[in-house]
Amino acid sequence: MVKTSVSLGNLVLDNPIIPASGTFGYGYEFAELYDINCLGSFSFKGTTREARFGNPTPRIAECTAGMINSVGLQNPGVDKVISEELPKLKTCFSKPVIANVCGFSPDEYAYVAERLSEEEQVGLLEVNISCPNVHAGGVNFGSSPESAAEITRRVKAVSKKPVYIKLSPNVTDIAEIAKACEAAGADGLTLINTLLGMRIDLRRRKPVIANKIGGFSGDAIFPVALRAVYQVYEAVSIPLIGMGGVSSAEQVIEMMLAGARAVEVGAANLVNPYASRDIVAALPAVMEKYGIQNLEDIIGGAHG
Amino acid sequence: MQQSFFTVDENKKIAKDVYKMMLLGDTSAITAAGQFVNIKLDGAFLRRPISVCDRTDGVLTIVYKVVGGGTEKMSAYEKGTRLDILTGLGNGYDTSLSGDAPLLLGGGVGVPPLYLLCKELIKEGKKPSVVLGFNTKDEVFYKEEFEALGVSVTVTTVDGSQGVRGFVTNALPERYTYFYTCGPEPMLRAVCAATTTEGQLSFEERMGCGFGACMGCSCKTLTGNKRICKEGPVMKKGEILW
Ligand SMILES: Cc1cc2nc3c(=O)[nH]c(=O)nc-3n(C[C@H](O)[C@H](O)[C@H](O)COP(=O)(O)OP(=O)(O)OC[C@H]3O[C@@H](n4cnc5c(N)ncnc54)[C@H](O)[C@@H]3O)c2cc1C
Ligand SMILES: Cc1cc2nc3c(=O)[nH]c(=O)nc-3n(C[C@H](O)[C@H](O)[C@H](O)COP(=O)(O)O)c2cc1C
Ligand code: FES
Repeated sequence: MVKTSVSLGNLVLDNPIIPASGTFGYGYEFAELYDINCLGSFSFKGTTREARFGNPTPRIAECTAGMINSVGLQNPGVDKVISEELPKLKTCFSKPVIANVCGFSPDEYAYVAERLSEEEQVGLLEVNISCPNVHAGGVNFGSSPESAAEITRRVKAVSKKPVYIKLSPNVTDIAEIAKACEAAGADGLTLINTLLGMRIDLRRRKPVIANKIGGFSGDAIFPVALRAVYQVYEAVSIPLIGMGGVSSAEQVIEMMLAGARAVEVGAANLVNPYASRDIVAALPAVMEKYGIQNLEDIIGGAHG
Repeated sequence: MQQSFFTVDENKKIAKDVYKMMLLGDTSAITAAGQFVNIKLDGAFLRRPISVCDRTDGVLTIVYKVVGGGTEKMSAYEKGTRLDILTGLGNGYDTSLSGDAPLLLGGGVGVPPLYLLCKELIKEGKKPSVVLGFNTKDEVFYKEEFEALGVSVTVTTVDGSQGVRGFVTNALPERYTYFYTCGPEPMLRAVCAATTTEGQLSFEERMGCGFGACMGCSCKTLTGNKRICKEGPVMKKGEILW
């Protein structure tokens, strides 16, 4: 019997597979199809203080081996997430979940983080400082080490749960941002968020996405994501959760060899609603094929 | 919702750029006319949403127009091709509000979902009348199929090459108790303005998943935010925020 469980600080996951924020809703749609308790955990849709509709549509575009989204953080707001979504989520998922925290000011991040961290079922916070979709005075907190560190400090000061900062790949040096978050007290990092991208409709000669630019994800970004995880692993010593273009158990192992302790699966869930379950099911056989007894043993194994 | 494999049984051209595909597989998740399926095509990342045109036990019929790479690829599929399809998506039309003489208005590739709807309304003992709108004669399809159900069918073409010249709104019957429509958005607006009764409209949006997980297809309505793939694609006239 191979051992698939991994630990993230005090939190032990049965396996490292975690559906990524924004691609799994609050789990219900998937729970209609299979028992989602087979997953290590999942990260629910990004939460803000107020309810948000998000960006105008069209906000989805197809690309070669991937997709662009500019959903713009549509969510019912932290009050409703706590009063309506989490109790419902509890009925289909019994393990700790990851709360994806978003905001348009340091105060908002701190407020949302504090509220969600008080929820029993929330195992850790994943703070999205990198969403490229939403412009609040043009600021993207994930783009400078200073603002990334500021959000980390503010969230850390109020959170009752471990704080993982989710990094943007749309920066010159991702390792530098990672170090700033670690120094500011982050318990871990998750990476990568979507890459900025766009498509143009030839018939209309205009961008497909109403917001013009969106976040590119899916199969095509896997090498970029793997590289980012590899570089950040060399720069920090806190746990990493890797993601970007993962759709197979083999890619999960690649991510872990690069340094991830757990792996999120995003766009693949939208195309194949069973993708995360299938990866969990395939993992033991793939581990055996590559002579892996315990997943914990291979984390960062590609370094040195 | 259900994911299952279907086998192409027939795939033939029925009008300019328009194909009818019959697929063999498990149709049990399809519970209402106006629902859609989401089809995985090799070489494409996202699935393609297409309305259910007809369903019987084990046979799914869709009618689609070639507009881009994905539908182009679909048009080349031969008998025996296996396709991964999500079925039973969306809410579908509510037939309980129709009254005894509902009016069905379809425009272009908005016509297909009205076929199963028409069959269901007839089964419920109602007397639907049907208006099908196209740009020109070469694009007309499904007139005979509707007529074979025993309902009155009016065809309109924008250029007047067949049937009534103009739009579906130029051919509204004198009496109808309710309307059901599907077609391009400008047509849906015109239908709402021209009709005197309540009714239901089917909308389209670019979709990431088609089953409610990504929030890619949301729209605002008078009754709150809705996902076109989950709380839609069918909306009531009274809740639409144009
Ligand atoms: C609920 C629903 C039901 C539909 N029913 C039918 C039907 O019965 N018959 C039919 O011919 N067409 C129908 N459509 C439209 C059909 O989905 C598109 O024509 C098709 O996706 C185009 O794919 P493509 O690869 O050929 O075009 P491309 O333009 O190359 O596609 C690029 C991307 O845009 C998306 N896209 C393009 N046009 C549309 C559109 N109008 N709506 C949604 N997504 C689009 C594609 O899915 C793909 O992800 C329906 C759409 C929806 C949302
Ligand atoms: C439709 C969609 C919505 C997303 N929403 C969020 C979000 O709310 N918060 C967040 O941190 N990331 C969000 N993401 C990013 C994903 O969580 C993930 O970081 C990214 O898509 C890369 O993984 P993938 O290639 O496996 O999709 C979203 C991605 C998609 C495709
Ligand atoms: S297409 Fe994903 S929620 Fe509707």
